[in-house]
Amino acid sequence: MTEVSQSPLGRPAVHESALGHVTGSARYVDDLPEPAGMLHGLPVGSPVARGRLVARRAERALAVPGVHAVLFAADVPGHNRIGPIVHDEPLLAEDEVFAEGQVVALVLGDSVAACRAGAKALELEFEELPAILTIAEALEAGSLLAPPHEMRRGDVAGAMARAAVIVEGELHTGGQDHFYLETQATLAFPGENDTLHLESSTQHPTEVQVACAEVLGCARNQIVVSVPRMGGAFGGKESQASQFAALAALGARHTGRPVKVWLSRDLDMTMTGKRHPFWSRYRAGLDARGRLLALEVELVADGGWSVDLSPAILDRGMFHLDNGYFVPNLRFVGKAVRTNKASNTAFRGFGGPQGMAVIEEVLSRAAERLGLDPAEIRRRNYYGDCPDEHGPENMVDVPVPDGEQTSAGASVISLVRARCLTPYYQEVPHCRLPRIHAELLARCDWEARRAEIAAWNARSPWQKRGLGFMPVKFGISFTNTMLNQAGALVLVYADGSVQLNHGGTEMGQGLHTKMVAVCAHELGVTTAQVRCMATATDKVPNTSATAASSGSDLNGMAVQAACAELRERVRPLAAELLGTGPEAVQFAGGAAHGPGGRSVQWSDLAKTAWMRRISLSAAGYYATPNIAYDRTVGRGKPFHYFAYGAAAVEVEISGLTGEHRISRVDILHDVGSSLLPTIDVGQIEGGFIQGVGWLTGEELVWDAKGRLLTHGPSTYKIPAIGDCPAIFNVALLERAEQDSTIHGSKAVGEPPLMLGLGVVSALRQAIAAFGPGEVELGIPCTPEAILRAVVKQRAAAVTRAADAAE
Amino acid sequence: MSILRFHLNDRPIEDAEVPPTTTLLNYLRQRAHLTGTKEGCAEGDCGACTVVVLDAETDPAAPRFRAVNACLMFVPMVQGRRVYTIEGLRQNGALHPAQAAMVERLGSQCGYCTPGVVMAAFEACYREDLHEPWQLDDQMCGNLCRCTGYRPIRDAVHMVAGTCPEDLFKRRRAEATPAALEFVRASAGRCYMQPTSLAALWAAIAERPQARLVCGGTDLALLVTQRYQDLPELIALEGVPELRGVGRAADGWFEIGATTTLTDLEAACMGPLRPLTPLLRILRYFASRQIKHRATVGGNLCNASPIGDLAPALIALGAQVVLRSAAGARTLPLEQFFLAYRKTALQPGEVLAAVRVPEPSPGARMAAYKVSKRRELDISAVAAGLYVETCPEGLVTEVRAAFGGMAATPARARGLEAALRGKPWTEATVEAALPALAGDFKPMTDHRGSAWFRGQVAENLVRGFYLETAATPRPDLPPRPAATVRLEVVP
Ligand SMILES: Cc1cc2nc3c(=O)[nH]c(=O)nc-3n(C[C@H](O)[C@H](O)[C@H](O)COP(=O)(O)OP(=O)(O)OC[C@H]3O[C@@H](n4cnc5c(N)ncnc54)[C@H](O)[C@@H]3O)c2cc1C
Ligand code: FES
Ligand code: FES
Repeated sequence: MTEVSQSPLGRPAVHESALGHVTGSARYVDDLPEPAGMLHGLPVGSPVARGRLVARRAERALAVPGVHAVLFAADVPGHNRIGPIVHDEPLLAEDEVFAEGQVVALVLGDSVAACRAGAKALELEFEELPAILTIAEALEAGSLLAPPHEMRRGDVAGAMARAAVIVEGELHTGGQDHFYLETQATLAFPGENDTLHLESSTQHPTEVQVACAEVLGCARNQIVVSVPRMGGAFGGKESQASQFAALAALGARHTGRPVKVWLSRDLDMTMTGKRHPFWSRYRAGLDARGRLLALEVELVADGGWSVDLSPAILDRGMFHLDNGYFVPNLRFVGKAVRTNKASNTAFRGFGGPQGMAVIEEVLSRAAERLGLDPAEIRRRNYYGDCPDEHGPENMVDVPVPDGEQTSAGASVISLVRARCLTPYYQEVPHCRLPRIHAELLARCDWEARRAEIAAWNARSPWQKRGLGFMPVKFGISFTNTMLNQAGALVLVYADGSVQLNHGGTEMGQGLHTKMVAVCAHELGVTTAQVRCMATATDKVPNTSATAASSGSDLNGMAVQAACAELRERVRPLAAELLGTGPEAVQFAGGAAHGPGGRSVQWSDLAKTAWMRRISLSAAGYYATPNIAYDRTVGRGKPFHYFAYGAAAVEVEISGLTGEHRISRVDILHDVGSSLLPTIDVGQIEGGFIQGVGWLTGEELVWDAKGRLLTHGPSTYKIPAIGDCPAIFNVALLERAEQDSTIHGSKAVGEPPLMLGLGVVSALRQAIAAFGPGEVELGIPCTPEAILRAVVKQRAAAVTRAADAAE
Repeated sequence: MSILRFHLNDRPIEDAEVPPTTTLLNYLRQRAHLTGTKEGCAEGDCGACTVVVLDAETDPAAPRFRAVNACLMFVPMVQGRRVYTIEGLRQNGALHPAQAAMVERLGSQCGYCTPGVVMAAFEACYREDLHEPWQLDDQMCGNLCRCTGYRPIRDAVHMVAGTCPEDLFKRRRAEATPAALEFVRASAGRCYMQPTSLAALWAAIAERPQARLVCGGTDLALLVTQRYQDLPELIALEGVPELRGVGRAADGWFEIGATTTLTDLEAACMGPLRPLTPLLRILRYFASRQIKHRATVGGNLCNASPIGDLAPALIALGAQVVLRSAAGARTLPLEQFFLAYRKTALQPGEVLAAVRVPEPSPGARMAAYKVSKRRELDISAVAAGLYVETCPEGLVTEVRAAFGGMAATPARARGLEAALRGKPWTEATVEAALPALAGDFKPMTDHRGSAWFRGQVAENLVRGFYLETAATPRPDLPPRPAATVRLEVVP
């Protein structure tokens, strides 16, 4: 019996709640038994995108049977303004409304139906004001949410002058609704002395606690927020759960009764923010071999009506304009604009996908101009040494001041020469993309399939296939350094059973499953002996959101620290019971083992420890070391490390209808030494398909007055089972241990989403098969967008044929 | 006055109070306190609310489990029936194979879609007609999952589909007898009546002339769940046996009863209705399994939606509708049934009783197409039903080209047809005729597509039709087609 063989780490595991999921016994907020006297709270949103609220009368609503109260801004006892970075969002609208769906009133009633009837009877009058509905309008009006963010290096103009190819243009990427299957929900129970307990579907219980305390005007210790589990979140419950939770808190405070605020799908989609639509203008210079010499990008995020997390999302967009490619000379300018739409928010990738989409567009277009394989042009640009491709001649052309150093103390010029310095001056050590690239191409039979596809396309005038490629490099850490901390609290009972509390929330990503495994590994107990508790602010205080893919990185370290402390506390006792020295004791599989096959059960050890008055609870804490970023100069080391992956995607499209089908996907992804490979593969597959949804079928449409038309699954089409490729091979990079992370693992939540960009690469290949010239493909690649692109390509083919005939 | 009676997870339920337009989902969650069944949308599009009903009425000789969307069913729709929810699957503590497979294959992440997925997989367990991998997608396309990307769900369903475990559920199915569907709840100004004979239907209509008709409810229930309307008076058609089923009339025409569900229609298209290939094709990408179990032919046509998918295919096939009332019956060509946007030729007191379709002539070319943003479970941007007969000399003698999504009603492209009729059926004729489409329709721009897209696709579907039928006059769809038109490699 060795420790290794008993550890759950690295072994196949199922989700810790799987049994509850498949039997329907797993409870979500809306499933909790409703306490006696509970009222429902229905937020009522603005019907106009911008307007003055000239009248609000509740008399008729209050006369509706079952309606108990109607609350407006004036009913807020504390601060009416909330928001994660800047407190600029009225919980309930004041004199003006800034977006359709902005909450104006809260109707409290016996049933949802009574609330709806009450909402209908509410008399709200608006004087409509001109609204800003697009990024272009916002830029023109100078409607910015935060000062611009800039990164620069080298001599862009000089490099452009030397370029063999200049690619310039604009790119729009669309928004994306989170479409977590469980909509926003919070149940608030008033306690004695004005205290409040909330059961909330949130990624950020601390922020809910803070918002409630501020809205109610009380200290944070009066509020307890607990998260049973979420039915999906994807960033949509990072900042935006707070408002609905605070409304429940307000209702509970006002009526003295428990209040549940739950959103119907349509309300949820109308009221909550989405992935930021981005617009960019770019100009890139490349040499004749397709290597980037310079890149200039103006990157603009549509933040919606309030700040929310937009500046941080824009930052991450800029941090990923390079994706995995070395850009010698550059100038990036980022802006987040204010428009009269729901306030856009975190969504898996957090701006990263939108940034990457720009450089991918550049490389795709350049490849089409240069007649290069889409994988090859990318390979030529990866970070790091590629001696066969990158002679020193590029390097000397980056004029950087002598003796300049990065924030980590390395020489800038030598990192530039080694092609491993990001636009924000963080070193990219040992970029894994070249290795992943080679392995994936071999695994997926790239060359042979490209040839087969070309032959097939030659025989098929109306249907074409394309093979696309997408590498990803994604920075891991909150780019707001302060947030990179986590805590855990581990309680061992005298029967040996363990309660594990940590600051992360479970939204389906398998965080609790991983934390149980880390805990069991560290204490040497079985996973069955560990119960992961609902995340609660009275167990671990001041937590960060479970976001930025950092859940297991941060909380795993904290859990490990707490467990290590407990283990070491009982080690001397175990040694004594085993009659050996402390260093000879091994904890594994629910027992402490000594030499000669002797062992003592963990449960006996716990009981004895209790009798010997050894403390059996411990808190753990972790803060990521050595990270910092200075936004004013656009330099620093914002990331602890980078996660990598790549995808090869094959599609088939119809030149008649613009429909497409993904026929095969091969992914090779770097998750370091995987904590739980089965869970990680699930994150990769799910993330990829979610990325594909964003780039293909998921299209948000607003009317001319800024009202969302696609506010339910009947009109907003996330991927369905048929959109999952028939052949879907996902592999984890082997021998990939990462330094200074929990057991050498890497974050996996967000990076795979961007592999979805491989579908755009593949679609472009297929479209290009219809005719000569660069492909013009809008995102999302709906049948309409694809058909437009094909029509253009076919027209070019006709022109060329006519020219040839002359 | 009827009491609502049904079996819930094999326990008898009797409820005299529940308002009849309560949805089954709300009943389960709020009155029965079974919260395993989830609400993800309340519009039939996510499948989180999937439960299973045992249906012995459609074919008493072969009772079947049917996965349905509880969010779009009014409670009287399960009158007399057996309903199973996620809470009812474990037997003696052991997981049902559909549940076990989902655990083993990591089919759940956040778990919110999972109960619905398991219930759809449960139906798959007991289906004896699942042979091809693509059929699993068809079975599961009504269940959205935002977390997994579906691969593990597909694997789990693959493990259990068609295994027909020898268990309590199989026994229940074997023992099932047709349910007593009759339900009458009536008071001043309010009623929900589910008659079980044509005579009783006419009596109900006479008694409540203002009442709205409902059949599967997959369209009508949205008024309650999305628009929060009150539907005070409803008469349900599904219990009337005379309106259901597929057969052949004395004159050789196919007859499809109006309350035939789309699942049953699809099955019939692989049996007695086999010559009507365009119908099978359009049903492949029509809503979801759950919806098709409830949705009916009559409901689809009486909706008179410009984007109803059956109409273009049926019009192309030359279908007629039979409208009946207590006073008698009349027959109309289907295209004359649609008067205006969501307005039909139905007179007060009339119901759509059946659709009649002539046997297509042996050499006729025909197909139906549907283009939507997502292939599965989506509403058409454009749908087309196309039918061409030629004489031995190769001239077009009969042509019907019907489109959905191009006008306020499903409609024929008369200009296009005229430009084709009497001409040789060649690519040149088709190309020369296509500009006429622009005169036939002025499509609109909405969230499903722009006018340009609709116009272009409509043209291309006719092109595709020509090319596709050049090889086979009645082409089927391959298992997982990349597009609605089958043209991987041109003839
Ligand atoms: C998720 C979802 C997906 C869908 N996908 C599609 C799709 O892909 N393609 C498509 O075409 N449709 C689709 N629909 C629409 C709908 O399901 C169909 O139109 C269905 O066939 C309606 O049948 P029903 O029996 O449920 O109608 P009901 O909702 O019961 O009735 C619809 C209307 O028809 C009237 N009516 C019903 N039967 C009769 C009759 N015999 N005589 C007179 N009046 C009658 C009712 O009074 C009512 O006004 C979808 C709906 C949903 C919810
Ligand atoms: S709740 Fe979404 S289909 Fe019923
Ligand atoms: S597991 Fe989360 S939606 Fe399917």
